[in-house]
Amino acid sequence: MAGPTVRACGPRALLVEVDSAEGAAMLARWARTAGLAAGDVVPAACTVLFDDVDDPERLRTRLADWSPSSEVPAGPLVELPTSYDGPDLGFVAAHWGVDEAEVVARHTGLEFVSAFCGFAPGFAYLTGLPEEWAVPRLASPRARVPAGSVGLAGGYCGVYPTASPGGWRLLGRTDAPLWDLARDEPALLAPGTRVRFVAAA
Amino acid sequence: MTSVSLKVVAAGVATTVQDLGRPGFAHLGVPRSGALDRPAAALANRLVGNSVDAAVLEVTLGGLALRTDAGCWVAVTGAAVPISVGGRPGAYAEAQWLPAGATLALGTPASGVRSYVAVAGGIAVDPVLGSRSTDTLSAIGPAPLVAGAVLPVGAGRSPVALDTPPRREADGLRLHPGPRPEWFATDALDRLCDGRWTVLPASDRVGLRLTGEPLVRREGELASEGMVLGAVQVPPDGRPVVFLADHPTTGGYPVVAVVDPADLWQCAQLRPGEAVSFRRGARA
Repeated sequence: MAGPTVRACGPRALLVEVDSAEGAAMLARWARTAGLAAGDVVPAACTVLFDDVDDPERLRTRLADWSPSSEVPAGPLVELPTSYDGPDLGFVAAHWGVDEAEVVARHTGLEFVSAFCGFAPGFAYLTGLPEEWAVPRLASPRARVPAGSVGLAGGYCGVYPTASPGGWRLLGRTDAPLWDLARDEPALLAPGTRVRFVAAA
Repeated sequence: MTSVSLKVVAAGVATTVQDLGRPGFAHLGVPRSGALDRPAAALANRLVGNSVDAAVLEVTLGGLALRTDAGCWVAVTGAAVPISVGGRPGAYAEAQWLPAGATLALGTPASGVRSYVAVAGGIAVDPVLGSRSTDTLSAIGPAPLVAGAVLPVGAGRSPVALDTPPRREADGLRLHPGPRPEWFATDALDRLCDGRWTVLPASDRVGLRLTGEPLVRREGELASEGMVLGAVQVPPDGRPVVFLADHPTTGGYPVVAVVDPADLWQCAQLRPGEAVSFRRGARA
């Protein structure tokens, strides 16, 4: 194996191409556990950026060791108690051709993985939704989505860590503390974290 | 030792606390932040005897006035501004003693955008994620300064040897090729280097926005990918944006080039309407 495609991004960063968000999360996790030297390791939809790198050539050599089948320890599991009373529950049910109870059953039956963060600090893009259950975004985003809102967009699930504008289809809400600057690890759903939603009574 | 605090008499149009920022959290979507003109901030700190990571004030287009409750050393660098120390003219880029009860006031710079005020001991607001910087994109760190606010100052030392501010180079910001050449015509980097670019008023701590002969690029959008400091992003309208310290950690527009880290400070001092040029960097 020749390893992944690596592109230089200025004198101190490398952008590595992978084939999926899951692959990006795995590579980022592998890089951290293997102790690759970079100030920032930023997984995204199909790339991982290694930034603030003192020795890009050495990092290139190390990256050639990686393949998508490299062993990566599983991330921690977080359970999010969720009230399924979101304004788009009915839309998602209609889109999937099922009733609302089945939407909840399907959503709580999946194990998601935080692939990468973006959009806002601590906003995790969760993979694990089957492709055929992808849902379109709102045509025009809501001006304000409350913190803790659980939504779907495309093939991703996400939870808003803070109140913000947003176009995701909202299934419900959780009170879990997703973003806390006083914690050593401020994001509850840092890349690599496994996530299960639990229906709150 | 007497502790020092500074009262904000006038905040200016946009003054924030900045240090070296909070790199290492981009994977959580947290911008790196930190002083835009890092050599200027570092010089201000050196002049008053601080370490390079002490927090300073980043003042946009002057207008800041601070009153101290105890004597302290201060220095002003970056965009050169008229300075008044206790009602008398003060010196730019020199350590100066601000007596107890006296006010340090900055006028308006004749050129440049951002001035830096260092106080011996550093601005000692509580750090957030290891940094005292204000992140204007995601509102992390201390709020921008407002009149009436009181800023705590850390334990200071005495100023050290004289230092001098760097000069802005007229021959252009050095560029390295970006990671997405296939999104642009093969001569895109030459066009960027040959073109005449002008700074747009919408420029801020997130990005330096430029206008000129638009760059030709492929239509559509990339899947969002990690962005570096100094990335020259090209939106569909072909007008480049240079990402500065509060840039979003990911973005979907292709990056045509990356400004050399050693030249980035100059972006902090370019005014709306000013001309900018680029050249190819010495390193590959």
